[in-house]
Amino acid sequence: MDFLNQVTQFVISGLATGAIYALIGLSYAIIFNSTGIINFAQGEFVMLGGVLTIFSLNVLQLPLLVAIVVAVAVTTMVGLVFERLAIRPLKNATPLALIIITIGASILIRGVVMLLWGKDTQALPAFSGNSPISLAGATLLPQHLWIFGVTILVIAASRMFFHHTISGKAMRACSFNRRAANLVGISVGRMVLLSFVISAALGSLAGVIIAPLTMTAYDVGIMLGLKGFCAAIMGGMGSGLGTVLGGLILGTLESLGAGLISSGYKDAIAFFILLLILFIRPQGLFKKGETERV
Amino acid sequence: MKKLISTALVSFSLLCLSTAALAAAPIKIGALFAITGPASFLGEPERNTAQMMVDKINKAGGVKGRQLELITYDTGGDATKAVQLANKLIKNDNVVAIIGPSTTGDAMAVIPVVEKAGIPLVACAAGSKITDPVKKWVFKTAQNDSLAVARIYEQLKKEKKSKVAILTVSDGFGSSGREQLKAQAANFGIEIVSDDTYGPKDTDMTAQLTKIRSSQAQAVICWGTNPGPAVIARNAKQLGLTLPLYMSHGVSSKKFIDLAGDAAEGIRLPSGKVLVADLLPKSDKQKASLMAYVKDYQNHFKAEGDHFGGHAWDAVMLLKGAIERGGDTPEGIRTQLEATRNFAGIGGVFNYSAQDHAGLNKDAFVLVEVRNKDWKLVK
Amino acid sequence: MKYAKLKFFIFSLVVLLAPLPLAGDYLLNVLVFVGINGILALGLNLLLGYAGQISLGQAAFFGLGAYGSGVLTTMYALNPWLAMIIVAVCVALFAFAIGFPVLRLKGHYLAMATLGVGVIANIAFNETIDLTGGPSGLSGIPNLSIGDFVFDTDLSNYYLVWGFALVMMLLSLNLVNSRFGRGLRAIHDSEVAARVMGINARLMKVQVFTLSAFFSAIAGSLYCHVMTFISPTTFGFHISVELLTMVVIGGLGSVYGSILGALLLTMLPEMLRTFHDYDIIFYGLLLISMTIYMPGGLVSIPATLRRLLPARGSNA
Repeated sequence: MDFLNQVTQFVISGLATGAIYALIGLSYAIIFNSTGIINFAQGEFVMLGGVLTIFSLNVLQLPLLVAIVVAVAVTTMVGLVFERLAIRPLKNATPLALIIITIGASILIRGVVMLLWGKDTQALPAFSGNSPISLAGATLLPQHLWIFGVTILVIAASRMFFHHTISGKAMRACSFNRRAANLVGISVGRMVLLSFVISAALGSLAGVIIAPLTMTAYDVGIMLGLKGFCAAIMGGMGSGLGTVLGGLILGTLESLGAGLISSGYKDAIAFFILLLILFIRPQGLFKKGETERV
Repeated sequence: MKKLISTALVSFSLLCLSTAALAAAPIKIGALFAITGPASFLGEPERNTAQMMVDKINKAGGVKGRQLELITYDTGGDATKAVQLANKLIKNDNVVAIIGPSTTGDAMAVIPVVEKAGIPLVACAAGSKITDPVKKWVFKTAQNDSLAVARIYEQLKKEKKSKVAILTVSDGFGSSGREQLKAQAANFGIEIVSDDTYGPKDTDMTAQLTKIRSSQAQAVICWGTNPGPAVIARNAKQLGLTLPLYMSHGVSSKKFIDLAGDAAEGIRLPSGKVLVADLLPKSDKQKASLMAYVKDYQNHFKAEGDHFGGHAWDAVMLLKGAIERGGDTPEGIRTQLEATRNFAGIGGVFNYSAQDHAGLNKDAFVLVEVRNKDWKLVK
Repeated sequence: MKYAKLKFFIFSLVVLLAPLPLAGDYLLNVLVFVGINGILALGLNLLLGYAGQISLGQAAFFGLGAYGSGVLTTMYALNPWLAMIIVAVCVALFAFAIGFPVLRLKGHYLAMATLGVGVIANIAFNETIDLTGGPSGLSGIPNLSIGDFVFDTDLSNYYLVWGFALVMMLLSLNLVNSRFGRGLRAIHDSEVAARVMGINARLMKVQVFTLSAFFSAIAGSLYCHVMTFISPTTFGFHISVELLTMVVIGGLGSVYGSILGALLLTMLPEMLRTFHDYDIIFYGLLLISMTIYMPGGLVSIPATLRRLLPARGSNA
């Protein structure tokens, strides 16, 4: 009985972490789908969300909700500037060049944050207190509920956006075939910009809701970014349910691995799963196989 | 006659000039700190403190009439860089002694360099391996983790708790602590029933704590530096873990209380006396130095002087003492360092000898508890 | 062809004579590490610059080489030269084995897979405490020696490391101008076209991956004997990124470019020391601007200048 409680706890903690990976994975997928770029700086958007919220809260003395809005807005601006200055000039770059540029950008953003706000870890107060909630033999914090809630809202919103609005459908068109989308009058450049804006906003939101649980510092972006990318690959880089499931599965497996197998090898387990998926089913767990045109 | 006077004048002025030149030649001391990178919470206060103390000494006239010149380099917590910079200090800057590095990893990498070059090293890192076995040129000011472990185990034995769960971070500090926790357990009649680790960047330790909750542990000892232990404190509260929670001296700073919030209440840890300087009795030998340090740091940097900066304080003052007592060459400084007795510093009362280059005993640590977001001594 | 031989001869001469003005200066110590980074960059360049395969996990092979040599020479008191050979061969075999599944992937997927290998290796170094000493590191590694002569000074280590580097450069230069090298470049341009022409792309990719791992393992062994102390933090993701930067900045597909990149990036922290904390920003900016404005790397500067300046003897 106690073992079952333990496993329940592992699963619930894993789902909460997984939800964050899912949100970050969605951000990767959105940019990839409209530009074919993997934005290695995505993790830094997540970091910015948390750091900027703390800054707005403590230094600018803004109320929590306003601080969050400010943080998301500023990060979105950063995403915009990044697209204009670093991605736009490279219309026909090789994947390698793009990888290097995004890695360079992530180093740059991290450096700026380190200089402006120091290297210390900082805590954000939980949105609605810290009293543990009991659920099926495991305990949660109210912040976990916020994470689940926001993730569900985001999934619903993204579904509505990509399938029921013109802009969303235009972005999907770009992901299927850029040239064709261009020919029917879709401004591909604007779609690219929009995708960066959405991803930055999404990433920073993920950063804000997890900061009260995990605290934040200038270098939290690296690992979160990598794990979010794993989630995206598991979901086949789709902007929908696949990525979300990928994130949840990753988080849960990681937590179960840490609890049942070995806590030291936790990250190794996550990457091992990634390698298995890449070797056996690179198109992700939920997509049908892709063919490559030569 | 004129020739005699002019020769005398020239010789006299030359003598004055040369004495002035000699007197003006500063004593160069090198410093290696991890000012940026993951160990910057160590390197930055250490750099600040070292510079502050050297400036203070110089303002008061220097040591034996000579000014001190502190040449600081940032290792970034990278062992390769530490080695390169140690070489730079020794070969290009011609220092007579080196303070630091901040981390055990950097220190272990630099040891072969200083041993070969014959330059005394006063390390500010905690790993026992740095001075055990004793190396001719290597000293340290940070307390051995073995002493911290002994403090905790002593308390547990007093409270008749014999089954313990340990949760250590998988970096140099944590693994050194884990080694000590395992090595000394039997001496205090303690059995380790659960032995888990977590990564320095991990954000959720509920899995490990859930396992601990189901074990027979009567107390939990967590060994790491911020932010991990703060996350663990919060996770423990979330899971409703009521076991006494002990931390290591790696979190002996107000920052830990800030990060852990309410979850910090009741947590105990061994700390250098600097955290509770004002709570110490007047008879304590270290009280004067501690209070002076806390006040100086506050004036200079508008922040609390903490346990880590204290390592640099001790290093600078120990070197000052060694130079004052007669050494200003590397060999001389080394000999005088080894002869240091009863030096009441920030980390403790130092007594070096040919067999002991760490110099402290377990009185260097006091056990403190968090009460109302502040520290309290545990008697 | 003769020009290439002359170029290499002059370069070797520069390398051999460089320490003379630097005796007793710590820069000599830095140059030893430039040599090690150079060997690593050479390996990555073969994989990346010529064959066009992205790898973010070179740190894994570097670390395996270092820990392999370290453990064999401390725990089993094996002769360091013998250990180096055994370790390099074992790492090459390992790379050959995982190369097949890994190199089926392309682009970002390949990058992530190699990154994954790197992270797993790093965690393994950290956790296998009984073998590697874990996070506290492995100390007491002996220096390399030939008979009674021990390589324990900056000068001797410089010649040791650069001796290896020059041999490996020669190897690389011969390789890229051979049938194998041309095959690699064909794969880089279009793998399908290369296959259609009868090139066994799959095998060649794995072969160059193995060679690159071999180079990295040798660099790792040299590193552990020079430092006599190693710890897992040296073999993390950041080193793989640094190597990538060296190769890109120096010039993809250029053997001399890799060395130039290694030189620049190992010396850069020295040059930027005046900027203290700002150097990380400079580093990121350098990466971005070099990739946008000078994708051929530094070695492409002479060619670019030649193009920009008016041609001699033209009717300009």
